[in-house]
Amino acid sequence: MSDTNEMSNTSEQRRQFLKTSVGAAAVAIAPGMLMFDMAHGKTEAVSGKVRWGMLINTANCEDCDECVKACNKENGLSGGLSPTDSQWIRKVELKDMRTERSLALPMMCQHCAEPPCVDVCPTGASFKRADGIVLVDKHICIGCRYCMMACPYKARSFVHEPLHDQKPDVPRGKGVVESCTMCVQRIDKGLQPACAEACPNKSILFGNLNDPGSEISIKMRTEASTQVRADLGLDTGLRYQGI
Amino acid sequence: MANHSPLRFKNRIFYALVAAGGLVVLMGLYAAHMMEGHGHIITGMNNQIVWGMPHVFAIFLIVSASGVLNVSSIGSVFNKPAYKARAPLAGLLSIAMLAGGLTVLMLDLGRPDRIIVAMTRFNPTSVFAWNIFLYSGMFAAVALYLWTMMEKRMNPWSKPAGLLVFVWRFVLTTGTGVIFSFLVARQAYGTALLPPMFIVMSFAWGMAVFHVAQSSIYEWNEKLLDPYVQKRMKNLMGVLVIAAFYFVAAYHLTNLYFARQTGFERFILLDGGIYPLIFWIGYFLLGNLLPLLLIYHPALGKSRSILSASLLIILGGFSFLYVFIIGGQAFPLSIFPGYQVTSSFGDGAIGLYQPSLPEIMLGMGGVGIAFLITTIGVRVLDFVPHELPKSA
Repeated sequence: MSDTNEMSNTSEQRRQFLKTSVGAAAVAIAPGMLMFDMAHGKTEAVSGKVRWGMLINTANCEDCDECVKACNKENGLSGGLSPTDSQWIRKVELKDMRTERSLALPMMCQHCAEPPCVDVCPTGASFKRADGIVLVDKHICIGCRYCMMACPYKARSFVHEPLHDQKPDVPRGKGVVESCTMCVQRIDKGLQPACAEACPNKSILFGNLNDPGSEISIKMRTEASTQVRADLGLDTGLRYQGI
Repeated sequence: MANHSPLRFKNRIFYALVAAGGLVVLMGLYAAHMMEGHGHIITGMNNQIVWGMPHVFAIFLIVSASGVLNVSSIGSVFNKPAYKARAPLAGLLSIAMLAGGLTVLMLDLGRPDRIIVAMTRFNPTSVFAWNIFLYSGMFAAVALYLWTMMEKRMNPWSKPAGLLVFVWRFVLTTGTGVIFSFLVARQAYGTALLPPMFIVMSFAWGMAVFHVAQSSIYEWNEKLLDPYVQKRMKNLMGVLVIAAFYFVAAYHLTNLYFARQTGFERFILLDGGIYPLIFWIGYFLLGNLLPLLLIYHPALGKSRSILSASLLIILGGFSFLYVFIIGGQAFPLSIFPGYQVTSSFGDGAIGLYQPSLPEIMLGMGGVGIAFLITTIGVRVLDFVPHELPKSA
């Protein structure tokens, strides 16, 4: 009898021990799992069914640079204007040499379907995501700057100095090339790029060019818009109105 | 038999040369170390002029490394004995300049520590990636060629090895020209004329470098170069300088014919400040006219004037590359044709560039590496031309 009692006591203790262990393990792993999920955001892969793009109406750009400020804030750029500072988006003032008509517009990476920067990059650090966003892999870029030579839009900047206080969502690094990411960190959370959100005139329309029912597709179908340097045949993801 | 004994530097000159070369290399490495620590902010390069002085040096060295092999190609592929005797020296110079040029290119990278990434990840559409393969293959091909020439048992193979090098260097210089040809949107580049232009320039610059090296070695060893060989080589160099100039003229004249390119040509040839000055004085006058006079004027054309002509051709090469690479980037991109453009990022404005000491030191370091390899190579191995009696 006493033997049986001892046996059941032991199994009770074992059961208790197992329960406690599982509980402790769960407590230990749970925050990690939670943080892993938080860090990785959405788990499904980017799809080629989507092509992100922007339609920019230049009619109200002349006295405004909210998009530039918003980009600098979102991506942790200094906002410095020296020739060695990074400018992912800039305001360009234009004047027609014949008619003297003037206008202004925001200029950044045009997220080409046939990006010359991706073609020339020796290591494949410059790449185009399935959803059309052109990016630089900061871990593979060797800083040769061939992409900057190849870009027809002067969209890229090289980090000339050590960086401090970077944004955790926006990796950057000294000695590598960078440019507008279309705020990929926001798009992946279902948000709009910072410039589009900040535009007080709602002149930057962001959306899926592959969806015929999206607002951007409908507008592009019904109103005139142009690609910058369309003659190069790069099929840009950004289109402008009013040039 | 006396002709067959290797010519060697006298000890004291040799150690002085190695010390001087070593010092230049150390200065270059120190500059690279500074650039690595502070970033490219300490160079004159910026977001508009993204390639600067290091690229002028590197491209000169790499293009000349291909061109100097003229001498061996004429010897091995076209069977000219006077050139065959000089083929080993040409091979050594080629390896030395290739090593110097590539070191400069590599140390100028934003992340030189990631060179292993460049060697392991190849983007097949990138001409840069092809060039990594072409440059390393060139080392191997020239080393093989030198082995077949210097190892008696392998001598029968020197002709096919020479042919391999001959083909490889054409492809290599094409690859270097194509780096610029593939730049669709820059007005200075993006033309199929550039690869052949680079090939012919490589011939001229390579001959000039060979002349300087050969004259120095002979001078320090108190030997005289066979006047017949000298005459043939200087005449060939003259022809190559003229051919290279022809390509440059064709390049600019074609541009001048296109209305959309006349703004760029005005800038480079007329009102672009330092660039027209370097083009006309450095490239045209000192790099072409004067050397041609020194080579072909009946009263000149002796060894001193040929050495001067060679040095001037090298100066002309650097001048050309400075105008081509830096001037080509300084002229603003035409993003909005027909519009006058201004912005905070230098749109529509001439790019400003002031070469800084560290980047010049880095470039000089590459020349130092080439010099050091050549000097030591000539000393420890039998690279000096052996004039066969009545070889000419």
